Amino acid sequence: MLNFSKIKIVLIYLSFLAVSFFCFSNISDSNNFFLKKKINLGLDLQGGSYLLLEVDSTPLQKRQIQSKVIPLKKKLIENNINYKNFKIKENVILFEINTNDKEKFEKFFKDKNNDINIYLSQYRSFELDYVFEKNLVKIFLSKNGIIKINTSAVDQSIEIVRKRIDETGTKEPSIIKRGSNRILVELPGIKDPERIKELLGKTAQLSFRMVTDDKTEFGNETFILKDTKEKISVSKRIILTGDNLIDANPKYDNINQEPIVAFTLNRLGSQRFGQATSKNIGKRLAIILDNEAISAPVIRDAITGGQGTISGNFTFQSATDLSLLLRSGALPAPLSVVEERTVGPDLGQDSIDAGVFSLIIGFFLVIIFMIIKYRLFGLIANISLISNLLMLIGFLTLLEATLTLPGIAGIILTVGMAVDANVLIFERIKEELRKNISNNIQAFDLGFKRSVVTILDANITTLIASIILFIFGSGPVKGFAVTLSIGLITTLFSAYFISRHLTSIIVLRNREKKLLI
Amino acid sequence: MKKEYNYNFTKKFKLANLISIFFVLTSLILIIFKGLNFGIDFKGGTLIELRVESNNIKINDIRSAFSNMDLGDLNVKEFGKKGDYLIKFEKKEFNKVVNIKSIKEIVVNKLGVDVNFRRIENVGPKVSAELLNSGLIAICLALGAMLFYIWIRFEWQFSLGSILAIFHDVLITIGIFSILSLEVNLSIVAAVLTIVGYSMNDTVVIYDRIRENLSKYSSSTIDDVSNTSINETLSRTIITSVTTLLALGSIYVLGGQILKGFSLAMIIGVIIGTYSSIFVASPILKYLRVSYKSIAKEEKN
Repeated sequence: MLNFSKIKIVLIYLSFLAVSFFCFSNISDSNNFFLKKKINLGLDLQGGSYLLLEVDSTPLQKRQIQSKVIPLKKKLIENNINYKNFKIKENVILFEINTNDKEKFEKFFKDKNNDINIYLSQYRSFELDYVFEKNLVKIFLSKNGIIKINTSAVDQSIEIVRKRIDETGTKEPSIIKRGSNRILVELPGIKDPERIKELLGKTAQLSFRMVTDDKTEFGNETFILKDTKEKISVSKRIILTGDNLIDANPKYDNINQEPIVAFTLNRLGSQRFGQATSKNIGKRLAIILDNEAISAPVIRDAITGGQGTISGNFTFQSATDLSLLLRSGALPAPLSVVEERTVGPDLGQDSIDAGVFSLIIGFFLVIIFMIIKYRLFGLIANISLISNLLMLIGFLTLLEATLTLPGIAGIILTVGMAVDANVLIFERIKEELRKNISNNIQAFDLGFKRSVVTILDANITTLIASIILFIFGSGPVKGFAVTLSIGLITTLFSAYFISRHLTSIIVLRNREKKLLI
Repeated sequence: MKKEYNYNFTKKFKLANLISIFFVLTSLILIIFKGLNFGIDFKGGTLIELRVESNNIKINDIRSAFSNMDLGDLNVKEFGKKGDYLIKFEKKEFNKVVNIKSIKEIVVNKLGVDVNFRRIENVGPKVSAELLNSGLIAICLALGAMLFYIWIRFEWQFSLGSILAIFHDVLITIGIFSILSLEVNLSIVAAVLTIVGYSMNDTVVIYDRIRENLSKYSSSTIDDVSNTSINETLSRTIITSVTTLLALGSIYVLGGQILKGFSLAMIIGVIIGTYSSIFVASPILKYLRVSYKSIAKEEKN
């Protein structure tokens, strides 16, 4: 175990230098391919905001169930199934059929090619589920049907969330999908996420509809105007939605200097808007945003150029926000913040200071203890400890890992536990030396050989725990698992190669048997 | 043959086991009846860490600034430096009227001084339940993985012994958290998992030696072999515990308020883990009638 070939020595120190070299890239400003890698600071250290958003897909589920009604009725008639008492209650379609029609119903409903209950091949299940209660049929969305709605809502929302956050000028936001119905947003450097939360809290579903008292086939809804508190009856027929908008900007009205939102429509939107406004001159057009009527101006002229304005008692800030929301598009479903963690930059800096200070002190305590306990071999253990630390930081840089406050604790813990491998080896050698062994070389050889298995077993068990922590942990705790895992690997390397090589140098020079340690 | 240590550990096994059983049972009773002081990670709720520079503001002013807002159970305490406060309340979900923005405004108005909101955390009821679940799953998985690894590397008796030792460590650590009403949050789960790793690490070193010595001194009793093995590894056991505790002590004293709970849990865990490798994991081998023969037999199979 003590004989190292020249090639091996070169390889050991070369790999050590290669990895620990990356420590420097953290303090260099170079844009060089190798030097641009840096350890990322977690939100708890650099300050920032972590928001976990959940898509509330209930309105989408409701819409999906409603869309099934007409085709389902048609299909029932096609298949000669008599139904009665057809209704929808809390996202469940209910109707009654003859008990002997059940088979007929199941036949078309469970056909993989039917166009009502769609077969979702990726989940190997149908979109809808049903139960019979005597002659009552209940149809509702299956578990996978809901997952599918959630997934598509999240996919659409992520794009819109990104656009809205980008518009606020936040630097390097991270926006990722979490599970089937959540979005994780990390905003480094944000001290106050309230504005972003407000922007993300609105779906911004905009529609233009006519104010009318006539009963139309689409039906009417009553709204209370936001500015004048006037009660208006609005047709359910939608002339335009926000989807037809290509641009929106805050402006001041030329006449009364009130803040307004000026918008530009796409070609299709301009055509429809032109038609609707030219037909309805003198009537009022309601502007509905997220189920709230913000204004209902009287149409004075046909608007054919595809440009219009929205007024409604805005402040310049609210006009700016509304323009931003309209530019970035509407969310398919409301989002709510289910978890929020915000750390101010000064607390982050305090955490870094305290973390680094305790690392330095812990490091020196261990180093001094090892020197007192093992003298020369303590020095070897310490050199191995320092190289371990350099490699650990190098690896973290190489992987561009995120360092969190618990992550710093992980490094300190590595320092405390890393000497274990060296201690195991030294203690074993000591034992061998006490036995009747002819010379130092043999004792060291046996000592290393016998401790290797123990060191591996001992470290693998800790590694298992930290890998599980990495998989299940979230946020800062994950950072702890990362540093601990990498720390264990660099510990094995530095104990098995670096301390062993340094020990061999000393032992080969002092062959006679005497207690070196 | 000269030995560094020669204590008679096996003689103390019975007493130690009674003490261990007492502590484990007490911890279980505490955990079940007194419960744990769950932080907002697991209970849901809101946490605000703030700093006021003014000397005229007292803790009661902070408390009254947060009261009358219908935030549920409210807890205010000083946090580290003078002027730093940690406020926790039950309210988990906000709406358009009561939200973090409005709470901040009301507090600033009532105190009438500059307030630096250093940290704000809010965990909703769904997320907190999930976090608790995934924490428990992680700990169970880690235990399962350890059980499996030791079972492969050693014999089943060792696997059972090490797992019982880990249960012992984890339960007593959590029991201490219960009796002292210390907060249990995500970082405590991380600490518990690390304790699992550390305790296992410590046990494995002694087990390795017991296994080796069982084959070496095949005629000796398990008592003698355990005793020899514990003595032989004692110096390493102590040194590693000391260096780990030095590092952890440094985090506890200097690492700031946020790491206090984590490092305290680790310190308790490391001390109990070291104790349990000697006084819990080793006697179990005896109770399970491990001998040179049982090992040889299993290896044959």
